[in-house]
Amino acid sequence: MSKDNYIIEVRGLVKKFGFKTVLRKIDLSLKKGDLLVLFGPNGAGKTTLIQILSSLMLPTSGKVWIAGFDTGYDREALHKVIGVISHNTFLYNNLSAHENLKFYGRMYKVMNLRERIEEVIGLVGLRGYMNDHVQTFSRGMQQRLSVARAIIHDPLIFFLDEPFTGLDQHGVEDFKQILKKFRDQGKTIVMTSHDLDRGLELCTQAAILKSGNLVYKEDVSNISQDDFKDIYFQHTGEQKMPVYVY
Amino acid sequence: MTHNRAFLKVFQFVTFFMMLLALYAIFVYAPVEKSMGIIQKIFYLHVPSAFLAFFAFFITFIASILYLYKRDNRWDTIAFCSAEIGVIFCTIVLITGPIWAKPIWNVWWTWDPRLTTTLILWFIYVAYLMLRSVAGENRRSNFSAVFGIFGFVNVPITFLAIRLWRTIHPLVITGKGINISTPMIHTLIIAFVAFCLLFFWLLINRIGLEKMRLKVEEIRASIEDKIHLEHEKQGG
Amino acid sequence: MTFIQKVWAIVWKDIASELRTKEMLLSMCLFSFLVLIVFNFTFDTGLKNLRENISGILWVAFIFSGLMGLGRSFGVERDKGTLHGLLLCPISPWGIYLGKMIGVFIFMVVMEIFTLSVFTVLYNINIIPFLLPLGLIIFLGTLGFATIGTVFSAMSATTKARDVMLSILVFPISVPMIIALVKATYIILWGGAIQEIYPWLKILIAFDLVFLLLAYLTFGFIIEE
Repeated sequence: MSKDNYIIEVRGLVKKFGFKTVLRKIDLSLKKGDLLVLFGPNGAGKTTLIQILSSLMLPTSGKVWIAGFDTGYDREALHKVIGVISHNTFLYNNLSAHENLKFYGRMYKVMNLRERIEEVIGLVGLRGYMNDHVQTFSRGMQQRLSVARAIIHDPLIFFLDEPFTGLDQHGVEDFKQILKKFRDQGKTIVMTSHDLDRGLELCTQAAILKSGNLVYKEDVSNISQDDFKDIYFQHTGEQKMPVYVY
Repeated sequence: MTHNRAFLKVFQFVTFFMMLLALYAIFVYAPVEKSMGIIQKIFYLHVPSAFLAFFAFFITFIASILYLYKRDNRWDTIAFCSAEIGVIFCTIVLITGPIWAKPIWNVWWTWDPRLTTTLILWFIYVAYLMLRSVAGENRRSNFSAVFGIFGFVNVPITFLAIRLWRTIHPLVITGKGINISTPMIHTLIIAFVAFCLLFFWLLINRIGLEKMRLKVEEIRASIEDKIHLEHEKQGG
Repeated sequence: MTFIQKVWAIVWKDIASELRTKEMLLSMCLFSFLVLIVFNFTFDTGLKNLRENISGILWVAFIFSGLMGLGRSFGVERDKGTLHGLLLCPISPWGIYLGKMIGVFIFMVVMEIFTLSVFTVLYNINIIPFLLPLGLIIFLGTLGFATIGTVFSAMSATTKARDVMLSILVFPISVPMIIALVKATYIILWGGAIQEIYPWLKILIAFDLVFLLLAYLTFGFIIEE
């Protein structure tokens, strides 16, 4: 296997829930420093794919290597190098922001934890809320703290499942800055999104997932944003301009 | 496939014949026991059932371990089917026991180690079946395999604990042996063989049925999937 | 060493989180208090010949309110969506199991200390002279209960009818333990010779060891999807 050349390598990945097929024979490989955005309508299998990549689920068949680790076997080692952010924040409501980070920091055995917490909490702009309980936070603040939680162990690879959910305009901008910084630092990122503009702005690779098939994947330097959008609408059959008149 | 079916036909016939033979042996061949009377005949039903209930749960235990080890769904199906049939035999034991006990011991139930362990066993495997029905599809097999192992390992500990618990009190059941004559032993053996055949016949058929159900479900899912994909293609 | 620190981090997180609201501890204690009261009415424990029941009442109180704590152990993690966060941490399933199990164990011990004090007052039994053997029995029983309960809590947290399912799974398996606990407690409380509890002690220790081993071997299968 050529798993050494690629930091993420997926071969013939199939996932079934009972007899319902959610992912069909997905092949995917990413080099270090890639930022892949997975586009696709609801129910395309984006979340399932992210969960399998982050080893929360096992594939029904096929293999996944992340940084050389098989997701079925080297989970502990794998978990040290990945950071996951989803619309679910993984935060404990009754604990303060600081305590949440302290807990996750201890689990990842972060060195100089006190300074590291200061650092990440500053990075997401929550320095003044260090000792407030998470349940008093707004959805956007919780999502920011969730970002701090995911980066506390300085992972090499990020899996982001709709990370913009619940963030206000300001939060989105901040988060984009953080993502750009990671990209420039050479971190590998896989992100799902249904927002074409935001996604395309950041990514180096764009892919379309539809009904469990990876129908399209291209380096964004080879294709203009408008062309990609045309392809996306062609594949998914969605309206060109989303109509928000409810 | 045809070979298999032919074998099943023969097997079914032999089972049927043995069951008839067992009925004959129980009611005609075996003499009426002197002190207990006609009620003693329930023993020929009770004893093989008890053995087979334990045996069925043992199969579930082994199949559960093999499933976790090999990750082959066939073992999961075997574990499930065997537990289901085991519960049926266990229920037979728990019903025939008190029917016999009432005229003989004068009580329907006594907290004797064997009785109590059987009752607990019944509860464990009913819980096993319930767990299967409420667990999510992609967790069901793992959960029930783990519970199948926990449940069976628990049986000897339960038996020991109950025996220790009861021996502190005077025993309700005294060692009043049954006067077993040779025809009775013959009958018991015939009934035993007949019930074992019945058990395996049930198990094979239940597994076949379950496999068929899974197959149908799979076909239905794949048809739905095709329709869904086709629909999307036209829409897109 | 790292492993122990991580397990401790999980325990610390559960305790810190619980101490914020004290919701679960309070309801567990209140519940066991109620059990003691209700059983007093149903059994009229003042009568001498019914004294045997008292050790049973104590364990019913422990086990039923322990079940409340168990149900929440994984239930809360799942409801709040933190379970995935926990599973993504670099720790073996066994580590997660131990962390959650020790948490349940500690909550149960707190509840048991409270219940025992109420018990002493309400049932007019002086437990001070028996504190050591009684403590040992309670330790083994609580450990066994937390051992099997944490496994089933992780299972039932993902199912429908969560609480009912948890009871249905826990009770049949815990039968030998409950028998041993009630008998041993009875012997201790009514001044039996210490040798009399040895056989029960053996059963309790066997139960704890066997199921800890089984949990070690199987917990990974329970949390995977």
